[in-house]
Amino acid sequence: MEPSTQKLIHTFGALADLGQEIAGRGDFTEMVRTSMHLLLGTLALRRGAVAECIDEDKLRCVALWGVGEQTFTELSLTGAEKQEFLIGEVTEFLISNDATANLFINRHRPFLQQQEIELVLPMIVRDEVTGLVLLGRKASGEEFLSDDFETIRAMVRHIGVGIHTHRLLEQVAQRAEENRRLYEELRTIYKATVRAFAAAIDIKDKYTQGHSERVGRYSEIIAREMGWSEDEVEGIQIAGYLHDVGKLVVDRDIINAPYNINAKESNELNRHPSAGYEILAPINHPYADIPLMAKYHHERLDGRGYPDGLRDEQIPLGAKIVSLADSFDAMTTDRPYRRRRSFEDVVRDLRENSGKQFDGKVVAAFARAILKEVSGVTKERRITKMLAKDYLQGENVPTLLSDLIADLTNLTGAESGVQSYK
Amino acid sequence: MDRTSGSLVRSHCVGTTAVVYASDYLNKLTGEKIERECRRQLDCGCRALVIDFSDTKLVNSIGISILLGIIDVAEKSGAKIAFSDVNNQTVQLFEMLGLTRHVVLAKDEREALLTLSGFETIPIVH
Repeated sequence: MEPSTQKLIHTFGALADLGQEIAGRGDFTEMVRTSMHLLLGTLALRRGAVAECIDEDKLRCVALWGVGEQTFTELSLTGAEKQEFLIGEVTEFLISNDATANLFINRHRPFLQQQEIELVLPMIVRDEVTGLVLLGRKASGEEFLSDDFETIRAMVRHIGVGIHTHRLLEQVAQRAEENRRLYEELRTIYKATVRAFAAAIDIKDKYTQGHSERVGRYSEIIAREMGWSEDEVEGIQIAGYLHDVGKLVVDRDIINAPYNINAKESNELNRHPSAGYEILAPINHPYADIPLMAKYHHERLDGRGYPDGLRDEQIPLGAKIVSLADSFDAMTTDRPYRRRRSFEDVVRDLRENSGKQFDGKVVAAFARAILKEVSGVTKERRITKMLAKDYLQGENVPTLLSDLIADLTNLTGAESGVQSYK
Repeated sequence: MDRTSGSLVRSHCVGTTAVVYASDYLNKLTGEKIERECRRQLDCGCRALVIDFSDTKLVNSIGISILLGIIDVAEKSGAKIAFSDVNNQTVQLFEMLGLTRHVVLAKDEREALLTLSGFETIPIVH
């Protein structure tokens, strides 16, 4: 093979490898190091270095080969020198004794000569000097030829673009990370605000303090058991916290009445889901359908609920979950006009009302979550802690739950499939 | 032997000469392994290096750059270096790029060892 043909093939191979390296998404330093090796290996240059401009005048060494590591602590690139590189028609500068060569070279000549650097090329991308490439002599000892310069220029341009692109991507990633952090902070603030709001709702009802917080947590537990995504689980937790927000517009005396309220008072109280929807709808929540879950948490599968008398499929699954969490908390906490019900009684109620008031699949999911705690499958005690001391301590509790799950599975084919409330 | 990055670089010593075997394709990955092994052998006191190319079909640009680095390190530590059993195409490449100005090219490992050591008979240990 003719030497010129072989050289051409060798150079083409290196350019192809360089393009692949620069287009890759690998580690930045490794990309520059490999690119530098490709450049050195193409012309068999014995030493070289690639430095990027940082801050004002500083150069940071990204890769070097055969050059002392102290090199770049000795080098800097001033604004005037950058300007000279930008306006000059020359794209590469030989280190010679020519005093007029270049400001940068004139300032660093003794050091560059000591390091056996023969050629300096600026990397210019979009009219900006992004760094310098320093190259040593050829292993052959020959002078650089014009086609060597062509090859070097092309490869240095590639490396410059590679560095520039990587830095841009890094900046984009950094900004995305900042945005993600800000978004997380906003979500945390949002959740803290919602919880404070939930506490404010519950304060209005002196007998149900902590109710909204518990409904939020029960809803979250049920949704998770049903296989919802983390985002959806967070959403329903918020919906649980806010489900009674409409009570803020209901007369405090009706909410706190220590007796069975009359029809007129009942109508007033039953306004709270719709009122809650009106309060929540104008807010741009980071989760879907929170206003609807508040509005429909008193709907029933048999159509006897309120405010709209919706039936089964018309009710969003999220609202069905909040509805069960709400009722469960009501049944398991003391109220002014009655004591909490026994767990056995609660399970009986859930079984009887599955398919009428509650969705059997939602009830089954909740029963599974409770069973996991009482049977020790999970070490978490989230539900147990929300209930009165010893409430789930009865020997028959696991059996009650297992039977309920079995009955509901037979009845509805309940399973923990993922269902979106969107 | 270099055991980093998973696979091994074959090598052995004959007196104070280390013989390091290049793989079928001398690129970044394999080149860096050979470089590490050569540096290790020099650090262990070897005064000469033979890089054997009997399995090597192709050397790319990065491979050339790494070989130049090995030559540089060997020169700085006063060690001699020889390449053995290099195929014709790679010899042409080394000649074109000037690597042959810095290394001895030998027909095979035995010749490389003889050239570097001046011994008449060398016991080869694998």
